[in-house]
This record gives sequence, C-alpha cells and structure tokens, in this order.
Amino acid sequence: MAKRTILGAIAVLLVIAAAYAAFFVAPEERTMGMVQRIFYFHVSCAWAGLTAFSICFLSNLLYVWRRNEKYDWLGVSCAEVGAAFTTIVLISGPIWAKPAWGIYWTWDARLTSTFVLWLLYIAYLLLRTLIEEPDRRALLSALFGIFAFIDVPIVFGAIRWWRTQHPAPVIMGGPNSGLAPGMRGTFFFAVLAMHVFMWFLIAERYALEKMRGDVALLRQEAEAS
Amino acid sequence: MKNLDSVFWAYILGWAIFFSFYLTIAKRSSDLRTEIERLKKSAFGKQQQEK
Repeated sequence: MAKRTILGAIAVLLVIAAAYAAFFVAPEERTMGMVQRIFYFHVSCAWAGLTAFSICFLSNLLYVWRRNEKYDWLGVSCAEVGAAFTTIVLISGPIWAKPAWGIYWTWDARLTSTFVLWLLYIAYLLLRTLIEEPDRRALLSALFGIFAFIDVPIVFGAIRWWRTQHPAPVIMGGPNSGLAPGMRGTFFFAVLAMHVFMWFLIAERYALEKMRGDVALLRQEAEAS
Repeated sequence: MKNLDSVFWAYILGWAIFFSFYLTIAKRSSDLRTEIERLKKSAFGKQQQEK
C-alpha cells in the first residue's frame, strides 16, 4: 500500500511536470501552432496503452504456460489500463484532427486499427464477465488476449506500411522523420511520465484483482465449514 | 492562441477519464475490503459457536 502511494505521488508529479513542459517549455510548431501541444498527451498515452497491451500479451502467454493465477490478474489489469489509455487516444485524436485536418474522423489505417484494438480489449473485458468458473475464465481470456494482441503490430505499422490521412511517424520513422530538438526532450519526458502513471494504475488494478482472489478463497472456506 | 479550446478539451477529457477510472478502482477496492471484513467476521462467528 505504502509503495503504491509513493509510486502514485511520483506519477502525479511527473505528469504535472510533463504537462507544464508541453505548454511552457516545448516550442510552438510553425504550421499547426498551439493545437500541436495535444501531441505530447495523445502520443504518450498511445505508447503507454500499447505497452500495457504488450505486458497483457506476455501475461496471457505465461498464464497458458504456467497456469498461475497471478498472470491472469496481471493480464486483466493491463488490459483494463490499456483500454483506458486507448479511450483517451480515441478522444484526444479527433479533437486534434478537427483543427488540423478539418474532420474529426476518417477510416484510415491507423485510426481504424486503433479503434479495432480498443474494441478487441473491450471484448476481452466483457468475455471475463460472462464466465463464472475462475480457471476457465482465465484460460479463455488469456487465449483471446493472445489473439487480440495481433492488432498491436498492425497499429504500430499502419503509418509505416500505408500512407493515408494520419501523419507519418516522427519517432522510428526512417531517415526523413524526427522531432525538433526542443520538442524531443519534452516528448520523451511525457512518454516517461505516462509510463510511470500507467504502472501506478496497473499496480492499483492488480491489488484489486488480488483482493478478488482473497474474497473467492474466503467464500470457499465459508462454504466448506 | 488559436485552437486553445481544442487543447483544453483534449487535456480535460483525458484527465477526466483517468480520474473516473481511478475512482472506479477505488470504489471496487473499498467494496471488496468490506466483503473481506464481513466474511472474516462470519467465519470468526462460526468458530465461536462451534466452541
């Protein structure tokens, strides 16, 4: 509990500092102006969401291999946190798109694959509510989670493989990509802050899932006695 | 300060989602803590009756 409180305090301080840097330290982009400052929040949330889904995928694989309930707890915690981050990406993206592109939404490769990713993890979370028996629920959701992860590399590659509405990548996008030096520091700091915040949310969610396990155990003991 | 409203809404809605999500975790944790206490009390009561 104390460790999670310290982690939470550090995470909140980091995201406040990242927001300050996005507004007051990073230079204003020449063509888009003020609205480009959404970039630091939008992209860092997207990266944190993809990291959460990647940890979920590893937990799902480990659950199928080892059948240890802790991997199931970590898997569902990461799926829920990843879905929260992706929800923010799907909201902040259109808010930025309207002044930048003149439209809120278009069915381009990156936007569509991200929306499908969000739907897949919502389905993963819904699936868990439909199965009563814990071992069966853990196994089926782990298998579904492994399947859902197929979309993560598609989301990552969408703006590299196909040229549609969404801008080309500015990070890991080849020789002609990149950020201005003043923006780069702020961006990576925002990514770090959002990852610490993501880890805090996963820790909180994992503690909740562990408590659910304790309740199930106590109920079994109560029924047996 | 063109498009300041877009920046404002993107950040405000984003943080509102994070805050709501954290509140749901806190609420679910609190409900489970109450349930754990209730189960422990009922198990303790049964032990006392058996004695």
